[in-house]
Amino acid sequence: MVTDSAPAAPGRPMIQIIDLHKTFGEHKVLTGINLTIPEGSTCVILGGSGSGKTVLMKHMIGLLKPDHGQVIVDGEDIVPLGDAALEKMRRKFGMVFQAAALFDSMTVFENVAFPLREHRKEMSEEQVRQLVRAKLDLMGLPASVEGRYPADLSGGMRKRVGLARAVVLEPKIVLYDEPTTGLDPITTAYVDEMILAAQAKLKVTSVVISHDISSAFNVADYIAFLSKGVIVEFGPPEQLRESQHPVVRNFLETWFGKN
Amino acid sequence: MATENADKAPKEPHYLLQSIENFGKGAMRVISDIGGVTWLGFQVARWSARRPYRLHNLFAQLDFVGVGSVFIVALTGVFTGMVFAHQSSRAFELFDAESMVGPTVALTLTRELAPVFSALMVTMRAGSAMCTELGTMRVTEQVDALETMAVNPIQYLLVPRVLSGLIMVPVLTMLFNTTGMAGSYFVSVIAKGISAGTFLSRTQQWVDPIDLYEGLIKGAIFGLSVTLVCCYKGYNASGGAKGVGQATTQAMVASALSIFILDFFVGVMLH
Ligand SMILES: Nc1ncnc2c1ncn2[C@@H]1O[C@H](COP(=O)(O)OP(=O)(O)OP(=O)(O)O)[C@@H](O)[C@H]1O
Ligand SMILES: [Mg+2]
Repeated sequence: MVTDSAPAAPGRPMIQIIDLHKTFGEHKVLTGINLTIPEGSTCVILGGSGSGKTVLMKHMIGLLKPDHGQVIVDGEDIVPLGDAALEKMRRKFGMVFQAAALFDSMTVFENVAFPLREHRKEMSEEQVRQLVRAKLDLMGLPASVEGRYPADLSGGMRKRVGLARAVVLEPKIVLYDEPTTGLDPITTAYVDEMILAAQAKLKVTSVVISHDISSAFNVADYIAFLSKGVIVEFGPPEQLRESQHPVVRNFLETWFGKN
Repeated sequence: MATENADKAPKEPHYLLQSIENFGKGAMRVISDIGGVTWLGFQVARWSARRPYRLHNLFAQLDFVGVGSVFIVALTGVFTGMVFAHQSSRAFELFDAESMVGPTVALTLTRELAPVFSALMVTMRAGSAMCTELGTMRVTEQVDALETMAVNPIQYLLVPRVLSGLIMVPVLTMLFNTTGMAGSYFVSVIAKGISAGTFLSRTQQWVDPIDLYEGLIKGAIFGLSVTLVCCYKGYNASGGAKGVGQATTQAMVASALSIFILDFFVGVMLH
């Protein structure tokens, strides 16, 4: 019931997805997604492995084109956009990939500096250096890793470099695909804090895919539950806890049962 | 009729039908690949005209494709020139026409062998690396990451690679001509005892600048086609490490074929 009124309350929608369908060959992955994420809010997407969370997120930034449906970002439908217009729209975004997707021909420093060198040409080399250092510091990565290549890092370190790279331009919208999977509890808490701080200080809209339910309940203003190609539940965390949907109940009971 | 056949068709189709089907599939793939490569060529042209011009990336590729290939192209050139001079002098000896060795080698080198062999060496050395690198970037989502950072991957990754092929294969063709002639001079004059004056004056008499231009035009066309094919295969790779391996194999075969096929048509068109 809150599903319809929730988006209106805090602000205008930043990302709005209307009746989105996506099929890979014979495999129907998304079958009619409707989702509205208000500006300045944090929305966590939950769902089983292989339910299509990553596919949904890639539609939000135009990496995948839907077979049918609209993706409205900041008031503009991005589905029909050509590559030049899409590129402009993407300057509003930062994205953390599930497998980090660092450029393996570049060092850690160059990876994080890359968006700055591309889009902040006015910054001096010294300013770039300081900003990169600050972001890596935030992720608990010491100066000694700056010169190393992604192949020489642990999975968790790579993830943190990916996080630093995604937020270095301080974008309006950040998409996190499992930002804390594979991180230790302390770093996980850091990342949660970072998401909350970005929202509080810079009014960043965040979309977070997560398997970590306690962290999801920590950061979320809204939780969307994806199952069988549709959003079966959407609302504030308290509402999700009360959900009667069998798949959601099962998901939460398994989690809270073991914790 | 099609449905009737399908109903009666045995579980395992006849080997003849199967080979026809395979041939058909192969032909379809060739056609779709040609379409894809052509489309990519237009994209590359469009994005190469747009700012920002990434000179740093371009110079890195020029260095890799051009400077990096100098040694193997020079070496291939020397040996091609020597072998060719050796074989043709054996043939011309029969007619007492050894003086024609120089021009024969020179014309074949400049018009055909230099651009074809240079492009083949660039395909093997640089094209394979381009294909695997782009393929790996594609399957590990680095290409997607570039896109999310509002950087066009065609402009950032493909434009410098294709331009470097276009620029460097003609340069390497000239190098091949030079070392090839040096090799044939060595065999003809020093080993076979043809007089240096005859060798040089006959070569000068028969070879026009136009023959060099033909080789250069071919070199540019081959450079464009092999880098485009390798980039296309890598850029569209899918299916993990295995997929990248398959893409590279296909890229090598398709690039080599494109050289020989284009060589024929360009040769016909230029005359
Ligand atoms: N490019 C693609 N081509 C074909 N199928 C795809 C492609 N991308 C995703 N899929 C399929 O879509 C389904 C959803 O994938 P997706 O990566 O979105 O899952 P997910 O919800 O993110 O899972 P996880 O939690 O394990 O990351 C999977 O069955 C996958 O096989
Ligand atoms: Mg995923």
